[in-house]
Amino acid sequence: MRIGLFGFLFGMWVLILLGGGIVVVVLGPISISGYGEMDWLLSSGIKAVIAIILVITWILILSKLKNWIFRKEIHP
Amino acid sequence: MTELIIPAIISCFIAFFTVYVATPPLIKYLQNRNLTVKDMNKKEEVMVVRPGGPAIILGIITSEIVLYAFFQLNEILAVIITSFLGFLIGYVDDRKVMGGWFKPVALAFAAIPIIALGAYGSDLAFPLFGSVQIPALYLAIVVLMIPITGNTINSIDVLNGVASGFMTIASFSLSIALFVMQNYEIALVSLPLGFVSLAFYKFHKIPSKIFPGDSGALTLGAMYGAIAIVGHVEIVAAVALLPAVINSFLFLSSVKRIVEHRQIKGKPVEHDKEFRLVATNDKTAPVTLVRLILAGGPMTEKQVGYAIFKLAIFSGILAIITAFLMGVKI
Repeated sequence: MRIGLFGFLFGMWVLILLGGGIVVVVLGPISISGYGEMDWLLSSGIKAVIAIILVITWILILSKLKNWIFRKEIHP
Repeated sequence: MTELIIPAIISCFIAFFTVYVATPPLIKYLQNRNLTVKDMNKKEEVMVVRPGGPAIILGIITSEIVLYAFFQLNEILAVIITSFLGFLIGYVDDRKVMGGWFKPVALAFAAIPIIALGAYGSDLAFPLFGSVQIPALYLAIVVLMIPITGNTINSIDVLNGVASGFMTIASFSLSIALFVMQNYEIALVSLPLGFVSLAFYKFHKIPSKIFPGDSGALTLGAMYGAIAIVGHVEIVAAVALLPAVINSFLFLSSVKRIVEHRQIKGKPVEHDKEFRLVATNDKTAPVTLVRLILAGGPMTEKQVGYAIFKLAIFSGILAIITAFLMGVKI
């Protein structure tokens, strides 16, 4: 059982590393121009929306991983 | 590097011995005022005093003031004020039972000193892939970090010695990671957190003589979150905290709302005849880290505590590996 917990920890760590890569590759290059002072606000807004989507995706994957590793314990 | 050794030794010494010396009189004072709660995991009617937060914050403030005398960094002031606000919020909750939303919202305000003192960066660094500039989004991370770390440590404070022992392991892992990343001054700022936790563990370990209470747990969590931000080690800090994050994640994903533990009716864990801890089959009870550890069979409180410490050591190692990976670019 506790091997499952170590596996879940390791899975979370790998997801953090992969998620970091996606954030740097997807969010990093986003830059809006042509709207004057609104450029900063627009690019921040778009980055925030994408970041929230990534976090939700991360939580959903984590939930699936949790159910897969602990299906016996959570649903006896 | 050598000029850091003396401040490090003095601050760690003060952090450890302030808590070590201040806790016994605090225990007596709390006993005299009858500020006790029942230890639910003991067969006999054992009453334990709380909160230990005042001794913990005293150790943090004295040791960090010593460091400030050496370095005069805004980051140190930010850590001191944020930790103190975390303590005040926890102390209010210790004295008067507040709603489920009180602590997260109030702890968000505890992040204001970090912003006001400009003790934060604007980019988020990831291992292997480099960093990303997110000035506006980073402000949101600063505000969210303290409630997350504060409540995460508070939620793992369920058994004798677990919160302080877990914090000792996580904060020393964070300090090592900061040294690996050559962020020496913030590594020094983080060391007292480990020594304060270690000194408090002496009195909190099974059988507990004192509980940290919300004031203790939120102080430790708020300081940890503040160090993560001022040291620009948010990801490493999150990795070192993973077992506690799992606990909060399991709890929230099973309860599906922000709620105080005392408001949950279902019991995730109960006791067998020998008063060992056993996971229940109660479907209304939240899934927690302790419940998953116990899924393999009954265990004593001490065994469960050690199982959590093993997970903390594992995630601490992952955090140090993450710190090494920060210097590697794909």
